[in-house]
Formats: sequence, C-alpha cells, structure tokens
Amino acid sequence: MSSPDEQDPRISKISSAIRVIPNFPKPGIMFQDITTLLLDTKAFRDTIDLFVERYRGKDISVVAGIEARGFIFGPPIALAIGAKFVPMRKPNKLPGEVISEEYSLEYGTDKIEMHVGAVQAGERSLIIDDLIATGGTLCAAIRLLERVGVHVVECACVIELPELKGRERLGDKPLFVLWPSLKGLFGLHYCFTIDLIATIGEKTRQPLRQQVLK
Amino acid sequence: MFAAENGLKGDPRLQAISDAIRVVPHFPKQGIMFQDITTLLLDHKAFKHTIDIFVDRYRDMDISVIAGVEARGFMFGPSIALAIGAKFVPLRKPKKLPGEVISEAYELEYGTDCLEMHVGAVPAGERVIVIDDLVATGGTLSAAIRLLERVGAQVVECACVIGLPEVKGQRRLNGKPLYILVEPREIDGCC
Repeated sequence: MSSPDEQDPRISKISSAIRVIPNFPKPGIMFQDITTLLLDTKAFRDTIDLFVERYRGKDISVVAGIEARGFIFGPPIALAIGAKFVPMRKPNKLPGEVISEEYSLEYGTDKIEMHVGAVQAGERSLIIDDLIATGGTLCAAIRLLERVGVHVVECACVIELPELKGRERLGDKPLFVLWPSLKGLFGLHYCFTIDLIATIGEKTRQPLRQQVLK
Repeated sequence: MFAAENGLKGDPRLQAISDAIRVVPHFPKQGIMFQDITTLLLDHKAFKHTIDIFVDRYRDMDISVIAGVEARGFMFGPSIALAIGAKFVPLRKPKKLPGEVISEAYELEYGTDCLEMHVGAVPAGERVIVIDDLVATGGTLSAAIRLLERVGAQVVECACVIGLPEVKGQRRLNGKPLYILVEPREIDGCC
C-alpha cells in the first residue's frame, strides 16, 4: 500500500465521506456505510474515476458486481471502460437459468448466482464490491467466474478490513482497494472484540486490538 | 408517459434498448412474463443509450437527488446521478441500511413490504427523481414518493426503463409524472 505521502489526494476525501456505524448489524462490528459517500457528488465521482483510471485500456470486458452495493459502483465503471456489467445475486433473484456457488457463513452457507451465458470463456473480468471483509463472497464470485472459463484480473473494493484477512483468503487473486480500514480524521482503528473474531469463524484467539493513531 | 410520445419518437436508441431486454416466461410464477434487464446491461451500447436518454432529460431540470429502488434501481441510478452532478440515495428493503431510517409500508398481492431511506439523506426542498427498472402496479414507486415527500423533498418525476400495461395511458403516478422508455417485450407465440 502506498504511504500517505504518495496517496492520491482524492482518497482522503473519499475516506472521510464514509460513515462508520458502530454495532451494526450486531455488537462489536464497526459498519462502513458508503451511503454517505454517494451523497458527496465529488467524492463519489472521484471513487469511480480512480477505478476507471486503473482499468481503462486493460482489455477488461466484464465488470461483475456483487449484490447489492456492488451494483452501485460496478455499472458506472463498466460504462466508462466499455465493459458489460454482470450482477452476481443472492439465490432466486435472477430470472433466467443460473449457475450457483456456495460459500460458508459463520453458521451455515449462502449462495451467489450468475446468469448462464452472461460471460464467455476467455473474457477478462473485474469483480466489484463496496467492501472486503473475510473475502468469503468475493472468493465465491471468483470461483463462479472461473468455472465458466473467465479470467478474473482483479477484485476491486472501496474499503478493506485488513484484520479479517480477506486479502489472504483471495490467495493469488489481486485485490485493489481505495482505502484500508484506518479512518482518516481521528485515526480511529477498528476495535475487534474476541467475540467478533469468534463470530466470523476464526479459530485463532487474538488479543483485543485497539490503536489510536495520530 | 412514454419517451416515444415525448420527443423521442423514432429514436433508434429506444428500439436498441427494447431489443436488448430478455423476456423470461413464468418467473417468478406461472403467467408472469418477466422483463429481464440483465441482458441490457450486457449490451454496452444499449446500456449507455439508456443512461444517456435519462441524463439528457434530467440534466437541466435542477435535480439534486436520484433515488434508486433496491436492487435494480441501483444499476441505473448512480450513473445518471454522476452524470448530472446529483446525489444518489438508495431506497432499501428493511434492515439493510445501517443508520437511522424512515420506513414506508406498501401493499403486495399478499401482505405488505417496506421501503426504507436514511434519515438526513435528503434535505427538505430538494428536487428528486425516483428510478427503478420497471413499473407494474406502481406500488413500490408510490411508497418511494411518500417516503421522499415525508421529509419535504419534491419528487419531480419517476423514471423507469420499462412500463407494464397497468400504467399504460397513465401519465402520472400519485400525481407525479411518470417517464418510461419502452413497453414490455413479448415472446412470439406466447399464450
């Protein structure tokens, strides 16, 4: 990750436009709310521009977006780089014939689906979501696309929560994020309780991490 | 009101958009001819035409908010918002938005559902376009209009790619203008 000195000046505005909501959807989780970014027209424009600048001219023909917040960022990127947009959806939403990929949750499993025929073998694809946490959904999306012979060039997210090790879970698939979990203005680092770590299925016990940066 | 009757008669882009939409019979249940816009999203030119038509219409109407109905409204709304310099506000199913919300219930065939918006997303007086992929009975769009009006926003128009026969001939929904690009496609030999 580039140092703050090398960071694109647009990024700090983007990060400060993201709202943190404590204890959603459950206690201990600091939810990254991108809806406030969508209310800041310049910061939203900059977000899309940063992705478009990276992927334009790279022969990407597919932008796959994960339901539902991936549907907000994916289509503007797809339109700007001349690619198709492919929604990757929860079960039973897509009307046509689908292929599905299951993935693990804390308790049980979920599924992500894509229309048969939406993509062709050999196409080059991005996968977009607003945020990467554990990487479970992104991994399922990668598997789904690779099963039909698509080359996933990169996963792209606005935000990463590094403590949840999603980047490692992606393995050799590159991940590009605009912002790590360090919040700009007051440098608040996310507190993850042992409870939270247990709830995402991590078996390792990590000490309570709390760090306030200047 | 359909785009073809409102300045875009004969515009070849409308035909391209219509041709790119796929009909899936009997989804989600028997008798329903589902209008599938995912094939429109695969046709870069036709998808761009869709956005361009809405942008051309709303660019000079002093619109500050595009409100998109979950989830297919999210596929069209943000691109329009970005092009006209407006905010994008997602209108979501219950319990998806993390902050404080206001909710509006609406009727389904059996039972009710609910649409939610973040408190503070839209200040009073702002001019809003509500967008969704398709309008059928208008139940969801009506709930969206009520939600926005409750916070004092001014809904200028509702915009949809496809308008089903239930709204044909209706120029307004809840007193708000309705702007639709195309009629539903039919399948040859359909019953």
